[in-house]
Parts: sequence; C-alpha cells; structure tokens
Amino acid sequence: MVDLVMRNVTKAFGTNVAVDDMSMTVNDGDFVVLLGPSGAGKTTTLCLISGLARPDGGDILFDGRSVINDTPAQRNVAMVFQNYSLYPHMSVRENLSFPLRSPILRTPEDQIKRKVHEVAETLRISHKLDSRATELSGGEMQRVSIGRALVRDPAIHLMDEPLSSLDAKLRAELRVELKRIQAGLGSTLLYVTHDQTEAMTMATDVGVLDEGRLVQFGSPREIYSDPVSLYVARRLGLPRINALPADLFAGAPSGASTIGLRPEHISHGEGRDATVVRVEHLGDETRLHLTLDGHSIVTLTDVHTELAPGDVVSVSPRDALYFDASGNRIA
Amino acid sequence: MAEIVVRNLCKEFGDFVAVRSSSFKVEDGEFFMILGPSGCGKTTTLRMIAGLELPTSGEIRIDGEEVGQMPASRRDIAFVFQMYALYPHMNVRSNISYPLLSQGMRRAQVREKVAEVAGILGIQDILDSPISALSGGDRQRVALGRAIVRNPKCFLMDEPLGALDAEFRAHMSEELRALHNRMGATTVYVTHDQLEAMQMGDKIVVMNEGEIEQFGAPQDIYDKPASMFVADFIGSPPMNFLKFRISAESGATEVLLRNHRLPVPALREPFEGAAVYGVRPEHVRLSDSAGYRAEILASEYLGTTQILTLRTEDGEVKARTPSSQPAREGETVGLEFHGPTVTLFDEGSGRALRSDLNEGVLSRG
Repeated sequence: MVDLVMRNVTKAFGTNVAVDDMSMTVNDGDFVVLLGPSGAGKTTTLCLISGLARPDGGDILFDGRSVINDTPAQRNVAMVFQNYSLYPHMSVRENLSFPLRSPILRTPEDQIKRKVHEVAETLRISHKLDSRATELSGGEMQRVSIGRALVRDPAIHLMDEPLSSLDAKLRAELRVELKRIQAGLGSTLLYVTHDQTEAMTMATDVGVLDEGRLVQFGSPREIYSDPVSLYVARRLGLPRINALPADLFAGAPSGASTIGLRPEHISHGEGRDATVVRVEHLGDETRLHLTLDGHSIVTLTDVHTELAPGDVVSVSPRDALYFDASGNRIA
Repeated sequence: MAEIVVRNLCKEFGDFVAVRSSSFKVEDGEFFMILGPSGCGKTTTLRMIAGLELPTSGEIRIDGEEVGQMPASRRDIAFVFQMYALYPHMNVRSNISYPLLSQGMRRAQVREKVAEVAGILGIQDILDSPISALSGGDRQRVALGRAIVRNPKCFLMDEPLGALDAEFRAHMSEELRALHNRMGATTVYVTHDQLEAMQMGDKIVVMNEGEIEQFGAPQDIYDKPASMFVADFIGSPPMNFLKFRISAESGATEVLLRNHRLPVPALREPFEGAAVYGVRPEHVRLSDSAGYRAEILASEYLGTTQILTLRTEDGEVKARTPSSQPAREGETVGLEFHGPTVTLFDEGSGRALRSDLNEGVLSRG
C-alpha cells in the first residue's frame, strides 16, 4: 500500500467547483473518512484519485510519485461503490477471482485460489463461494464487493458509501467488520460518506468537506471536541449541537455571535429557566426539547426522568464553543 | 377526536395468516406506533382499521362504533401512504382542496380551510406550484395537508417517511410529531424503524409474524421487553443475550452462569432449563475487579459514549461506555452487569421470566 498525497487539487465542472484546492495526506495503513453532505465533492475526490477524472490543477502523488498522467489501471486502485456492481451471472468465487485474472495482473491459479479463500474467510462468506451473486442477501452482496476489492493488492482502497444501501442493523455490523478487516490487513483506505456515525466509528482520521473544500482534518475525537467552525461542529454529534445567540447566556467572549452547546454540555439545575416542550425517550437515552426565549434547545437527561412538557428546567452552558458571525470558532 | 379499540382481530389470505388475534387500544389523541419487520402484519392491521381490507374475524371500534365491516368511506379517517399519491397534474392548492370540493363544500370555505392547513404545515408559499416542481419533503407535506384538511376522526399512516433519506427523515419525524402535538388528532402510524417508533410514539405495539409481541409505552418496552424478539428488535445495538442453563427458585436475585454469580432482579417465578441472560449495552460496565472476563475486539467512538465489542466465553457482548474511559483493542477486562435492569428469558419460548423489574408490565399483557 502507498502513502497518498493530494496537493492543491482543484476540479471544476463548468462553473461548479467540485473540489477546491484540496491538500491531504493519507499514510500507509490509515483509514481516512471524508465526510460531507451530497455535493460536497466526496465522490469527485475519489474519481480524481482513481484516475476516472483529471484535476484542473494540483498534483496527486502515490509514494511521492505523481500519478496525474497514469491511467486508472496503472494507478492500481480498488474501488467499492454504493451499489454492489457484481457480475450477476457469476458465482461468488468467480466474482472474487475476476480482478486477479485481469491481463495486467495475470495471477497464477493456485495463488488466486489461496487469495480468494483468505478473503472469503475474513469476510465470513466462505460457505457462499459457490452461490450465484443473485442468490445473496444485500449484506452478503456488499461483502462480496468489498471482498473483490480486498483480493487484489492495490495501491489504495477507495470506497464510496459502501454501506448506505444496507439496513441499520447490517450497517452497524459491517462497520465493525470493515474496520477489523482493514486493521488486520493493514490496508490504506479512503472512504467517503455522509453518515457521521460511520466517520466517527471507523476513521483513524476524518476529513470534513464543505463545498469542495477540506475544512478540517483530524481524529474523530479532535473533530468532535475541537471543531474549527460551526459547520464542522454541526456535522458531528447526535443529537446535533445547539447553535444559539451568544448573548443568551452570560460569559460569552467578545466577538462571539453564536454559542455552540452539545446536548451533553448543558448543566441542569442552575442558570436560565427553559420550558420543556417534549420529552423524547429513545430507550438508552432521553432527550429534552426545551425552549428558551423562543430558541429551541435539545439536551439529554436522566433516562427515566419525571419531567413533562410545561415543566421548567434551569440550564447553563458547560464546555461551550463560541463562533464569530462568519461561523469560525473563536473560543 | 377518536378512540380505536381492536379486539381479537384476524386476517387470513387463503392459508396464510397475516394477523393472528390482535388486541390493543388506541386512546383518544394518542400517537400510536405499529412496529415490526416486513411481513409481520402491521400494514394489514392498519388497512383493516382503514377499511381497505375486511377482517376475517374480530372487532374494530372507532369511538365505540363497530366499523369492521363498514366501507372505508364511512369511517371518517384519513390515510397517508409511503408514496405520496398526489395528483401530479394539479397544483398544490388543487390537491389539498380536492377532498373538500368532492364533499361539496363551498369554494370560499375551501379557500379558508386550505389557507389554514397551509399555515399549519408552513407551505403557504408553494400553494400555486405544480406537484412536479416540489422536493420530496414538500410532497410529503402536501400529502399530509390533504389528509388534515378534511378534519377526520383519525389519521392512519403507513411508513410515510420511508422514502426519504436519513437526515431528512429525522427532520420530518420531528415536524410530524410537532404537528401532532398542535392538532392532537389520534394517529396510528406503521413503521419498521425502531428508532422512529421510540422517538415519535406515545405507545408502541410490536408485531412479529402476525402476532402482537408487546404493547406499551416506548420506555417500558425498551426497559422491560416481554420477549427476546422485542429485546433484539428494539435498541441499537440490541440487547446482549448470554445463553446458559439455570435452576432458579422464585425470589432468586442471582443466577449462576458457568462459575459466575450474575445479579438479576428478584424472580417472581421458578425456572429450570435453558435460559438467556439479557442485558442492554449501557448496563454493561468495565471493571478491573470483576471476575467475568472479556477481550475488547473493537471500539466505536460516538462522541460522549463509545460502543465496545467484547469477546466472552458466552459469545460477543456489546457495551456502551463513556468515551473518556480508556479501552484498548486486544485488552482483557472484567465486565459487570447492572442487575436491576436485567431480563431473563426462557430460551425455548423466547418469553421473559417474570421478575421485580417487569411484573407490572407483563401482567398488563
């Protein structure tokens, strides 16, 4: 696997700048997740790295060597897409062997056999090797397409929302599995998603994208606890961070226009009086929806709280984040 | 508005039993969820309440009146489907006006009603737009508007948010719940999404293979599941199950799993045989001194909490712990289970054993 470096990469489609001056390093063995809503430039970034699109400016290096003029085949990247894209007329074994039989790789048959078995084992699909692709469940199909990427020994694995078409339970399972497989194989993986849970739970580093720009890059903990902007603060955390006028509570630093309060960073029992609008029981946590001077606030409370709509709770900030008028973090 | 009572409701399609003797009660003004996997009979139940299917046997009462065999048009209910089912060639105003005009209401009055509903839903500015120009969310709002405008006794909704993407769905479910709070109309809502059911419902009925597994308040169902099916279906990650054999007397507060004494709420019935120790991930604590050992396989950071996947001699266990607590993969740790929250199940039947925790809930049925 390689170290990937993107240096001031830009790509526009007409007047729409899809990737804007992006610089980023993915080290050998890292699991990097690019997080952003649709239109943030996630998929375009993957296309630029794999060679399916050519940047307008900047450079992309694999192990220090520019690959800008290399074809996708020469770059030897492995892609996994949201939709399984398996060969429906082939068995699982044939689907997995296919990339190894490519004219460029020309892998010996005994080696193909060994590789396929190894990967099938890791992905727990050994018992399905002789099934046709169309006989598999959604989760199995997606495991096979991940497997097809893993049998090769590519420069880097690129994955474009591979879990988003699966149901919640399976997604949760495959999150853990994918991380385990990646760590076990020591592969370098660049993964794009709009799902913050995937980013938080799997990534060694998260890159947050906003309209083609990489606005923050760091470990999930760093990004969660120390966001550079209100935009980033809003991308991570469920329920979402409360963004309120800074003067709603005393103690805002000068220049602050917004106070950002994570639901768990609101102390109850002192401070300003807020009215309970709704108590939301999720089982493992209970959310309080409050209103204070016409602003909605979501906070967490004791799972079995006695509070009911109409009750008054006093609240005060703890570990608040402050942002200026343009949304940049100032404290 | 309306109270709905369903008693011993059955529906068979040939040899296939879609709904098997269902009974539950929807109180006036309640937001009531029918939750279950696909094929469990939830949509069939809803369609019988609506009058789109006739029951094979059993009763459906709306405000005391037996409506089971009555045509849909005489039940005064409004149905909102997963797919919007709007008239594509009409604009928003005509779509919302349609049910009123077809009832013969005067135009001036229709105008007034439509304006009122548009205000409730915040769609005043798109009243003259064609349906084809609307986003998914706006289409769903229009579909709701058309249901609300008739002022029906109750609303029946079949996965109305199913077609929306996750982020937008969360937003719409908030909006829908807020709308319900303002209008207070009895609503029966079908979903397969446990989080949606927990988030929005005043009460939930959980269905599986045509049968009702449990019926009650969301938190009660989460805390005191009546069966392994419910414990597994609700919660993310779901409840952990440790399988073992026990021989326990009524009143026991501990059970023996291999050589470990594990705490349970006092049992209210004796049990002998294959059992399952059920504990929610947030009630599993790491403790160096605990004798029950496990290896950390994976940790998933979620902000304030993290989810640990642990390997034990009894299978994999998930724990939700504070993310401030260090947990390294590969490390061996001790696990403690918070006894008062534990549910024991009979492995054979899957039903929960009665205990101090769940007695009140289970005896209510």
